[in-house]
Amino acid sequence: MNIATLTIAEVQDGLQAKRFSAVELATEALRFGQAENGKTNAYLTFSDERALAAAARVDAKLAAGEAIGALGGVPVAVKDVIVTKGLRTTCGSKMLGNFLPPYDATVVERLEAAGGVILGKANCDEFAMGSSNENSAYGLVRNPVALDRVPGGSSGGSAAVVAQGTAVVSLGSDTGGSIRQPASFCGCVGVTPTYGRVSRYGLVAFASSLDHIGPFSRTVADSATVLQTIAGRDDRDATSALHAVPDYFETMAESVKGLRLGLPKEYFAGLAPETGDRIMAGVEVLKKLGCEVSEVSLPHTEYAIAAYYILCTAEVSANLSRFDGVRFGARSAKSDTLADLYKNSRGEGFGAEVKRRIMLGTYVLSHGYYDAYYLKAQKVRNLLTQDFAKAFEQVDALITPVSPFPAFKIGEKVNDPIQMYLSDIYTITGSLAGIPCMSVPCGVTAEGLPVGMQILTKHFAEDTMFRLAHQYERAGGFSA
Amino acid sequence: MKLTEENVRYVAGLANLTLSEPEIHQYADELSSILTYIDKLNELDTTGVEPMAQVLFAAGDTASLREDVERTPLTNAAALGNAPLASGGYFKVPKVIER
Repeated sequence: MNIATLTIAEVQDGLQAKRFSAVELATEALRFGQAENGKTNAYLTFSDERALAAAARVDAKLAAGEAIGALGGVPVAVKDVIVTKGLRTTCGSKMLGNFLPPYDATVVERLEAAGGVILGKANCDEFAMGSSNENSAYGLVRNPVALDRVPGGSSGGSAAVVAQGTAVVSLGSDTGGSIRQPASFCGCVGVTPTYGRVSRYGLVAFASSLDHIGPFSRTVADSATVLQTIAGRDDRDATSALHAVPDYFETMAESVKGLRLGLPKEYFAGLAPETGDRIMAGVEVLKKLGCEVSEVSLPHTEYAIAAYYILCTAEVSANLSRFDGVRFGARSAKSDTLADLYKNSRGEGFGAEVKRRIMLGTYVLSHGYYDAYYLKAQKVRNLLTQDFAKAFEQVDALITPVSPFPAFKIGEKVNDPIQMYLSDIYTITGSLAGIPCMSVPCGVTAEGLPVGMQILTKHFAEDTMFRLAHQYERAGGFSA
Repeated sequence: MKLTEENVRYVAGLANLTLSEPEIHQYADELSSILTYIDKLNELDTTGVEPMAQVLFAAGDTASLREDVERTPLTNAAALGNAPLASGGYFKVPKVIER
């Protein structure tokens, strides 16, 4: 077996044909992952014991002739902002250096119930805040495709392990592009499902009205399998949607002939030339498959980043108030009063980007500024959402770039927060509207850097999104 | 929008965040540029637009409520397991009320 290129179907075939056992696969995956991790720093923690125990359960089921589950024996990595019972969960922060969660996130329970084998926890920007994975307190992650470049962020580790082959699939989280942008930078598939499609119980909260959990994989089918496994109502998360989860595989093999695709004109100005070329080559593949392509307009796009950085930081300032040095997390050693304990624990425990966002969020919510910033941004969010609703009256899906440029060099944007924020221009809009969106590979630049094409559909139309992506992949689109 | 170092100190107080002098200086600059960028929103007339707090889908008012049945909560020991300082089944903090 070549561990670095395995798919879920290949794992399951190999297990059923007894070419390897789940324990053998997990042992090899852990060995390979630990041997390769020095190159990228994509894993923060390996969970050998837990992985081998999960694999042994799969082997016992195989021996008993029982079903092993949709992810039976599949090596998985989980972003380190998703809690795992008794397994260190740091959120990439010094604040949670020794945090051992007392429970599992719903997505972790569902992955393991379906036979998934969690190899370890993936590195990320601190509390998922960043676009380059340079904000982790445990060191940056390198892009496995080009080691002098960033893997994107904030789920940089989750993208890197899939691209590097040290996991078959992984889970990330996306608030403004944190799944799609690293997927595009590392050349893998990354899916941000509809808001509420996947329970966030056990996802350490960043911006609750925008946080999503979703999969990374090397094929479209593998992301569909993971989403199928983790999606659906969870009454421990009141924001999880009541809508039934369709069988994504029922429609994925169907033709996309006659589907109407829109290219939003606002998304094609200001692209790096090669990025634009690759996206248009991808669109050609879809045209050949019989899709009808037209130009559409999402007129409020240019206001999305400003609205996003008000809304997300406001939510950050509220959500991160729980870190106070009392119940969990780092506690300042030099504080005699409760007030100083709060202030110093937070001052010492949080990194620069987290503090920057807490400050901005606190400011925009402070007395006298609420209407000018927060309320204004909420209204703009409504306008952006209406833009999408209008577009989806004309088309079934939108095709856009994921990022204006491919993976940038480590250190290139680290001293300029606005330049870093602007790199999320094409992903933030879908996050604000809560629609499903995904990044699929569409070839590489002359330098060999991957480019990602974004597919967006209306709320809960993941089935259409997967069908388009799958047919595109089958037609050779990944190397368009 | 220009933020002074005095503004930054005030906001850090609201956020319960100790910042060093270099951090205060740095955030005054950075937050000022970010706020200047954000002022772009004022170009838009949003009269009559409803604010949108989050994505909502049509469902009955009580649709997301679970049945009111007893569930096992975390044990006291598990809840205190990550506390930097605990004793006697409680989280410990510096003394708040003087006798």
